[in-house]
Amino acid sequence: MSLTTNDVNKIAHLARLGIDAQDTESYAKDLSGILDLMTQMSELNTDAVEPMAHPMDQAQRLRADNITEINNRDKFMSIAPQTEDGLFLVPKVIE
Amino acid sequence: MHNKSLKELSIGLQNKEFSSVELTQVFLNRIKQHQDLNAFITITEEIALQSAKEADIRIANKKTDSLTGIPVAQKDIFCTLDVKTSCGSMMLDNFNAPYNATVIEKFNQAGAVMLGKLNMDEFAMGSSNETSYYGAVKNPWNTHKVPGGSSGGSAVAVAAKLAAFATGTDTGGSIRQPAALCGITGLKPTYGRVSRFGMIAYASSLDQGGPMTHSAEDAAIVLQTMAGFDPKDSTSVDLPVPDYSATLNQPLTGLKIGLPKEFFSDDLNAEMATKLSAAIDEYRKLGAEIKEVSMPNLKLAIPAYYVIAPAECSANLSRFDGVRFGHRCENPVDLTDLYTRSRGEGFGKEVKRRILMGTYALSTGYYDAYYVKAQKIRRLISDDFKNALTEVDVIMGPVTPTPAFDIGEKMSDPVEMYLSDIYTIAINLAGLPALSIPAGFINEMPIGLQIIGNYFTEAHLLNIAHQYQQVTNWHQQTPKGFA
Amino acid sequence: MEWETVIGLEIHTQLATQSKIFSGASTAYGAEPNTQACAVDLGLPGVLPVLNEDAVRKAVIFGMAIEAHIAPYSIFARKNYFYPDLPKGYQISQMDHPIVGKGHLDIEVDGVTKRIGITRAHLEEDAGKSLHENFHGLTGIDLNRAGTPLLEIVSEPEMSSAKEAVTYMRKLHELVRYLGICDGNMQEGSFRCDANVSVRPKGQVEFGTRAEIKNINSFKFVEKAINHEIERQIELIENGGKVVQETRLYDSVKDETRSMRSKEEANDYRYFPDPDLLPVIIDEDFKAQIKANLPELPHAKKLRFKTDYQLDDESASILTSSRTLSDYFEAVVNASGSEAKLCANWITGDLSAALNKADLEITDSPISYERLAGLLTRITDNTISGKIAKQVFEELWQSSASADEIIAEKGLKQITDTGAIETIINKIIADNQDQVEQYRSGKDKVFAFFVGQVMKEMKGKANPAEVNKILKEKLQG
Repeated sequence: MSLTTNDVNKIAHLARLGIDAQDTESYAKDLSGILDLMTQMSELNTDAVEPMAHPMDQAQRLRADNITEINNRDKFMSIAPQTEDGLFLVPKVIE
Repeated sequence: MHNKSLKELSIGLQNKEFSSVELTQVFLNRIKQHQDLNAFITITEEIALQSAKEADIRIANKKTDSLTGIPVAQKDIFCTLDVKTSCGSMMLDNFNAPYNATVIEKFNQAGAVMLGKLNMDEFAMGSSNETSYYGAVKNPWNTHKVPGGSSGGSAVAVAAKLAAFATGTDTGGSIRQPAALCGITGLKPTYGRVSRFGMIAYASSLDQGGPMTHSAEDAAIVLQTMAGFDPKDSTSVDLPVPDYSATLNQPLTGLKIGLPKEFFSDDLNAEMATKLSAAIDEYRKLGAEIKEVSMPNLKLAIPAYYVIAPAECSANLSRFDGVRFGHRCENPVDLTDLYTRSRGEGFGKEVKRRILMGTYALSTGYYDAYYVKAQKIRRLISDDFKNALTEVDVIMGPVTPTPAFDIGEKMSDPVEMYLSDIYTIAINLAGLPALSIPAGFINEMPIGLQIIGNYFTEAHLLNIAHQYQQVTNWHQQTPKGFA
Repeated sequence: MEWETVIGLEIHTQLATQSKIFSGASTAYGAEPNTQACAVDLGLPGVLPVLNEDAVRKAVIFGMAIEAHIAPYSIFARKNYFYPDLPKGYQISQMDHPIVGKGHLDIEVDGVTKRIGITRAHLEEDAGKSLHENFHGLTGIDLNRAGTPLLEIVSEPEMSSAKEAVTYMRKLHELVRYLGICDGNMQEGSFRCDANVSVRPKGQVEFGTRAEIKNINSFKFVEKAINHEIERQIELIENGGKVVQETRLYDSVKDETRSMRSKEEANDYRYFPDPDLLPVIIDEDFKAQIKANLPELPHAKKLRFKTDYQLDDESASILTSSRTLSDYFEAVVNASGSEAKLCANWITGDLSAALNKADLEITDSPISYERLAGLLTRITDNTISGKIAKQVFEELWQSSASADEIIAEKGLKQITDTGAIETIINKIIADNQDQVEQYRSGKDKVFAFFVGQVMKEMKGKANPAEVNKILKEKLQG
């Protein structure tokens, strides 16, 4: 399986990941190499196998419905790139 | 002082042979003296001296824990309150975490002294510590060689005696592999044993923090502090934490050791095979029985891992978007520009490669062929281990195919780099505990022996490692110039 | 050509928990921006979600109320997309294994009952809000709402008109409030609706291409938006065009829907199980505990009201539309010892009208159930007439006095003393001989004139039955 630079650009857009134009070729090559590695998996029949998402066969623990967090806005805002009036600012969102 | 075990340090502190401030100063001096190793991203000198002072008061008041006053260096993946937490990335170069990871909180409560934050592969993605935004870390055994990764800074800090011990995290071998390549002891606990809260996620179903130390005895003490249930982590397991030091001296008579034939095939480097064989002979002498086991699906661990880990990371790293914290590009023209440029500038090449890989594996049309398939193979690999561990108590094998390679040697070929994780990755897929202990040298570079146990058998693994370290002295070797 | 409409609704209900679905931050509405957004809600590095038990409980309560299958095993998945109100770059939602499976809700339109299938209901986290006021051309992001628990209720595409859709939506709104799992406040966004609308030639089996209308936040707008969309689609097809599958936004000012291209682009959500969360296991104990505390459901209660209280369908429906209303009704019946029908009439009539006029809920009624019961007791024991009762009701609304106090103070007690009534009747007959003649010559209608005169003279306090009886005797002479 091999990926084209066009594939790479599509995936990069989906991941909102800027990649330098001159690197696209090498990403395509690297990813194709990795995908070749993946094809080994298809040689094994796994029809009867249940997928495993987690190492532990455990149930989700449930938290009591209590308010345990206090307002920490100033602290959080202090590490944000751009804020005003307690809001995070981003370029205009068009709906 | 820097050559003492954690037990010796604790006794020395309590007997007032030296103070925590003095001990801390010794390590701070060593860190500065060996900055060329590039093991640290941040040195927290002021915090260290302040905590050392507080530790000395605690010691005077006899309110001590086994780690009170002892200097530790933390992998820069653990969030530390008001201290830069970079995860080895330009993305977080300006990030002072607004909270402590649970692991950090536990060390603070124990009164351990944080010397600083350790270099690592960017977002823990790498096997050589060369993907760090802060540059490659050098192996003290030979500074042209890599220390392994992603916890390369941690392994080097311990091997070069820049800290009494360090923390690491292991998603596909990131504790065990650098431990092996730097000649130290590294333990990856059972998934769920150590809280992941505040530990910046790479692949959530595989990540696990653990100790990196000079010996199994030290690792037992450190794990005692790190382990335990955390209500803030849904995947943390609510089981009592045993006394890891109490069982270190149990005899190994009758211990059943399994050697997977897939680990010891003809592909294994001949010198590596000889050294491991010698290590296993030591266990025979200690009364263990050796048995061959088979885990037929092991060969698929690498492809399965390199689907699952990138898939999880592609989502885990979406939060780095330049909106609430971390790097933001200059003058974004619109939202898409904000996202793509902030992320494009903030992430390095290996991180991007894995985000792309993971995004692809999860996208429409490929999900079943890659992601679901990989999860099925994960089940088969896990079953292989379960079956083998009904026949034997532990499984032993290599940690790496070779000793440390040269810096720059494998950077051009990601696939070759991934293949070097062959012996460690399957253990993360299964969620089992495993440790790496020094087992000799090849061309003057250390190699490790891997010991894999059943779920929550860390105490037994430490006991098995400790007994080996009672009859060998590989773990006491020091690289030239770092004595 | 004749057209047929197919509508399915996706309704997002905010579950009325104290804290968020995956964090301990408050869900209270209206706080200063970002003061209720903790590290987990902001998606800071290293933080982890832990599931709120009450969100799970409320989802199960809903599932039981629509007689749905409650999944013993359900999982959370990540839905990946980039948007500034979505801090992690993914929404924690459910995909393949939702907590609530197939159920149904019965609606009544034009006297006909129709069963609407509910495909599923799943738990997920709400997003934050984008504020578009002018921050030098930038958008402000408030993440207080991020992480508020949502139950997304997805219907089958089984509604065939805007009216049916609105009826279904109202019924669901009534139900979630009745169950106490959602406050139903639509202005605050606690109950939001997306509508999937398509049209097809009548009789065609395959569905037409659907458009999804997002975030319609009032019953009125749902009806308008759907009707508008139906017209748009039919017009488009009849003019040779094609409906494209897309997301549209309803503009209530212009009364039209328009395409939301920004949300359309590259919709590949890459769902996969969230590795930070484990499967949610709902065992029989958990279900039994919920079932034991489940309120009597509206449907069962309505049937009981019809049989036990002999109420007509309409009254029973109204009274069981909310738990507080049905509780009020039953309290009045018990306290007044009056006929249930009388109680129902007063509650659905005068009381409801007064509450509506004052824009109050039954919980805020100025007339407590005890005070209304006091009034009804006096009607039943003939102390006052129905007409006087209306006057007393006005007083009850205005003051805090009891019905008995008002009756005593205003001297409204009904006169049942036949002697007193006879005296007045004799006087009125004497004064109105013409009308007496007319009555006696067969003009029965004149009887009402005499009743009116007597009541007027006695200021409405005469017992009407007594008046009728005595008048008849006297007029027949």
